[in-house]
Amino acid sequence: MEGGPHTGDERNAQRLRRGRWAWIGAGADAAARGVAFCALMLAGFCLVLALLLPLFLAGLGISLLVNGPDHGGEGQAVAIRVAPFAGLAVSLLLIPAIALGMRQLAILTRRLCGQWCAVSIADPYRPAPRDTQLGLTGRLRWRLGDPAGRRDALWFTVNASGGWVLAAAPGGLIIYGLLCLLDAGRLDAGRWPLQQGSLLALGNHPRLMLFAVGLACIAFGLWAAPWLLRGYGMLARTMLAPSGQAELALRVAHLAQTRSDTIDAGAAELRRIERDLHDGAQARLVAMGMTLDAAGQLLDDDPAAVRALLAEARESSVKALAELRDLVRGIHPPVLADRGLAEAVRALALDTPLRVHFTSELRGRPPAPVESAAYFALSELLANVSKHAHAAQAWVDLRHHGEMLRIGVTDDGSGGADPARGTGLRGIERRVAAFDGVLAVSSPPGGPTVVNLEIPCALSSPKTTSC
Amino acid sequence: MRVVIAEDHFLLRDGLTRLLQAHGLQVAAAVDNGDDLLAAVTAHTPDVAIVDVRLPPTFTDEGLRGALAARATVPGLPVLVLSQYVEQIYARELLTGGTGGIGYLLKDRVLDGAQFIDAVRRVAGGGTAMDPEVIAQLLDRSAADGTLGSLSRREREVLEMMAEGRSNTAIAQRLFITERAVAKHTTSIFLKLNLQPSDDDNRRVLAVLAYLGR
Repeated sequence: MEGGPHTGDERNAQRLRRGRWAWIGAGADAAARGVAFCALMLAGFCLVLALLLPLFLAGLGISLLVNGPDHGGEGQAVAIRVAPFAGLAVSLLLIPAIALGMRQLAILTRRLCGQWCAVSIADPYRPAPRDTQLGLTGRLRWRLGDPAGRRDALWFTVNASGGWVLAAAPGGLIIYGLLCLLDAGRLDAGRWPLQQGSLLALGNHPRLMLFAVGLACIAFGLWAAPWLLRGYGMLARTMLAPSGQAELALRVAHLAQTRSDTIDAGAAELRRIERDLHDGAQARLVAMGMTLDAAGQLLDDDPAAVRALLAEARESSVKALAELRDLVRGIHPPVLADRGLAEAVRALALDTPLRVHFTSELRGRPPAPVESAAYFALSELLANVSKHAHAAQAWVDLRHHGEMLRIGVTDDGSGGADPARGTGLRGIERRVAAFDGVLAVSSPPGGPTVVNLEIPCALSSPKTTSC
Repeated sequence: MRVVIAEDHFLLRDGLTRLLQAHGLQVAAAVDNGDDLLAAVTAHTPDVAIVDVRLPPTFTDEGLRGALAARATVPGLPVLVLSQYVEQIYARELLTGGTGGIGYLLKDRVLDGAQFIDAVRRVAGGGTAMDPEVIAQLLDRSAADGTLGSLSRREREVLEMMAEGRSNTAIAQRLFITERAVAKHTTSIFLKLNLQPSDDDNRRVLAVLAYLGR
């Protein structure tokens, strides 16, 4: 969304640098774009009219039924009465296609507003439902049931009944000015002026007047075009941007999504812990109990065997402890609890088989859940770097600025990481999404890979460590 | 030899006390929090303090901070820190200062009583006892970036034990080789890693740990 305005600004700035006549180019550009917007509006309005077609056909059909034509043969009369209803049926079937077309036009308008008018407009549509196996009807219900679609239709109607003037005015002025200039030239030849309505030409100095008015119109049109185009963009934003209600609906949808992701992830984690305990420490304790029992039975007869069994039991207990330790580390790393994020990441960097350059500017501790999410995200990122990136060094940067925890991980590896393909990056994205955090990955082939994480949160003061 | 224990779990405190007494060590005091530890070490000036990392009231790294505070109050006090897990950064904190008499072991190590008592005596004597797991972590990292590539397998074994703080005699016993062979290996290791050779066990440990933890 942010890309459009920036590129637009840059383009304008470039044009300004090119010289004092640059505004002419910019004006012509803007005027042409305004005309393009008008074409877009016209297409949209045609679709709105097409939506109204069934109503019209129904009315026509009923009126023909009530007082149909008397003349002509019997068959012809029937045909005339049936035709509107046939048309009605066809047009009703076309409604979904029309609505989808309108949606595409609205999406295009939004994009062009960003690129041409430097007015970014957020997407108001509901996200796709979660089922990947969405049938045709489900897909239609999702697209057509969206209230944002009705606002699109409203926009094309309002646009057709006045909004277009903003976009078309510069183009119209420039064309009018050009026609005036052309008329000024044609007066010499003694022919009729092209514009019958050029009343100005009837003064004492018709040529001079036409010339002056033509130039003035063109100049004004060119000068005003960028401003009017921007105004048009703003007008579009009032109707094409998500309404307050839609914004809330989008927020609710996002929250529902991340909540269910979080619950799923939590449940999966619990299952993993249960399985690890069951297969690991629990099994070892059972084995230990059995070994000790066997040792007890052999106590009198075979002290040597007892010694071996006891050694075995001790071995089992060591292994059980090691497994429990690994499990605890996976649930909540002790250093994180003891010292907070920065120290835990420092410890993590020490454990990573890479040369990690770590900088931290955290003056306090984020809330425990954020800390944990950030830690595991970083742990996954560093694991990715050492597994896939063929990197020798990594740079980790932690900072908190403006109520936002920012984490940057850069490596000198081969690049080419793609969040769409790697489940690891997806998992991190989901994990931080629960806190409204975002993940940005830049990884061109050949590297370097830069991953940035941002999680909104406040820091508690450094003195109040959690108990 | 007199020992002060700081451990908040009753069962472990009791078990440790009995283990130490069974090996002829005297437990001067067994406390369950950091403040009492400080009071106990100033009152009893023990030969060594055995401290659990997690202690009340915060149950975070209270014990570690208590141990460092105790060493600040009683300079040169040998401290053996026990923990349910080992972390390199904590090992580094304990080793900073470099005066020796430091141990950092997993709690699991008490299961092997003789080895554990050996570590306690070593620390009390001003030596070092680093948990094999800390050393393994350090070695893994160094192995990954190729700094230990020039060492033979035997030399790596010797390096590992040396880093744990064992003397040449102990290493020789464990690897079933002569003490002279161990000395030869250590000289070779120090030469290959470009370190200043030293006969002092403690200085040797610190040099190796500093090298691995670069």
